[in-house]
Amino acid sequence: MALLEVNDIHTYYGNIHALKGVSFEVDSGEIIALIGSNGAGKTTTLRTISGLMAPRDGRVLYDGEDISTARADTLVAKGISMVPEGRGVFAKLTVEENLDMGAYTRRDSGIKEDLKGAYELFPRLGERKKQVAGTLSGGEQQMLAIARALMAKPRLLLLDEPSMGLAPVLVDGVFDTVQRIANEGVTILLVEQNAHMALQIADRGYVLQSGEVAISDTAANLQQNETVQRTYLGID
Amino acid sequence: MFKWRTDDFSWVDFTIDVLRVIIVLGVVIGAWNTLSSGRISLAQWVNLFAAGLSQGSIYALIALGYTLVYGILLMINFAHGEVFMAGAFSTVFLAEALNRTGFLNAQPLLAILLMIAFAGLVSMSVAILLERIAYRPLRGSPRLVPLITAIGASFFLQYTFRGLYGSGFKAYPGVNALQGAIEIGGISIPVVQVFVFCAAIFLMLCLYWLVERTRVGKAMRAVSENKEVARLMGIDIDWVIMFTFGVGGFLAGSAGVINGLFRPQGVNFYMGFIPGIKAFTAAVLGGIGNIPGAMLGGLFLGVIEAIGPNLVLAGLGIPGANQLKDVIAFTMLVLVLIFRPQGILGERLSETKA
Repeated sequence: MALLEVNDIHTYYGNIHALKGVSFEVDSGEIIALIGSNGAGKTTTLRTISGLMAPRDGRVLYDGEDISTARADTLVAKGISMVPEGRGVFAKLTVEENLDMGAYTRRDSGIKEDLKGAYELFPRLGERKKQVAGTLSGGEQQMLAIARALMAKPRLLLLDEPSMGLAPVLVDGVFDTVQRIANEGVTILLVEQNAHMALQIADRGYVLQSGEVAISDTAANLQQNETVQRTYLGID
Repeated sequence: MFKWRTDDFSWVDFTIDVLRVIIVLGVVIGAWNTLSSGRISLAQWVNLFAAGLSQGSIYALIALGYTLVYGILLMINFAHGEVFMAGAFSTVFLAEALNRTGFLNAQPLLAILLMIAFAGLVSMSVAILLERIAYRPLRGSPRLVPLITAIGASFFLQYTFRGLYGSGFKAYPGVNALQGAIEIGGISIPVVQVFVFCAAIFLMLCLYWLVERTRVGKAMRAVSENKEVARLMGIDIDWVIMFTFGVGGFLAGSAGVINGLFRPQGVNFYMGFIPGIKAFTAAVLGGIGNIPGAMLGGLFLGVIEAIGPNLVLAGLGIPGANQLKDVIAFTMLVLVLIFRPQGILGERLSETKA
């Protein structure tokens, strides 16, 4: 059974029909890339899964449970964590406080240990743990946003444009990190405009176009697909 | 500053500049006259200052309620004065009972703690009900809507409490342990003022610890910064908002008791109005939404109110200056709004907050 099953969801912004029946599956342990141009519905899909928006029609099944109308704050404890678009770190909180917020729903005693783990994964954050997050560079904020999401010990990590606004050198680092997180056994659903990088680390991918899934295939096949190459990879 | 060139001359700027000059001149001339006349001795200034600090610490406690709610919802809870009244008015009956049994004077500290806890719980409940019934259904509506509701809720609370307890004036019983004065180097400061100030500062330190150090405090700050991301962290923002109202209410209720020790008279259903507006002024003065700002603004307002009339107004030859302290407070509000709308410690409101 798939860990996440998105079944024909229709999501609206007021009267605007943003998702017109999107369906896909994410199996446990996979890295799945959602690619597509601006306005294709990638972010809306993530927002619908994470509970920030509710679909008007269709169902989202997580681990066999219908979470279509569950509130975002209840899903974290179930194991769904999201790194929002634009990182969304709490600028006035310190790095460590941001990480504490990631572990907000946890009551176990392993939090201290996981904080250490986060600083090992991102030594830069360890050096700056008492600094307010607003003073971090864009790349450091992205690390913080990812580390914060991991503090919830998710089974499913939703990443919304992790490479956005980062210098090309840093983009490689972000994708390396995502790969490492996946190797630890976290299932990853990745939304990216940078289709090139996303398809390199993904197992499978879905191409969204005007709120519908246009193409779905393995990442390797998508990289060879002529339409994908022309439209999203910039290869003529 | 001054803009005399005709191409960008603006009457608004001109008026504000003239106003600025008049105020500065008035303050300087008034202060100079008073100080050079020597009518008020140093000891008397210190007494005024101490009384101002005590009054100011009460304003600060109430102001924190405005600022906490504003910080998290960008909304002014104009019924907060009534939250203060609810605790102060209800606890007067407890205080009378404690006084009758003699417990108040036998165990003053314990009795006062009990009163503060009771008033705090009453005000907290009122604040939480207010949030649930009057504000939560209106979240996401235009900002004028909860403001109008707040005024309605304010009247509702005033007349509910008039219905409950009657319209007469009540007074807090005196506490013997708080009578008398402390002598320091020839200056005597009433014990009650010292107690009021210390109690208020202690409560403020507790709040500071709550917001800075605890899990729920961090969640409050996270919600105030970004509600959507806070939800993605698993924070139940409705609960955090309710908690924030509760904390503000508790502080207002305890301020009601502390105020009753400081000024025992005048307890009735209408008693929240003036302190409410004064505390709002203090919150704006310090920078609305800013917690240290509300503390500072409250103390500042209390001191200005105590010293200002004697220093400036009396020096300008205005009769009955001491009765004009309210004028000073509300003039401060207007001046802050004109010259420094972000308050003493506030940041300029960004686009998202404005």
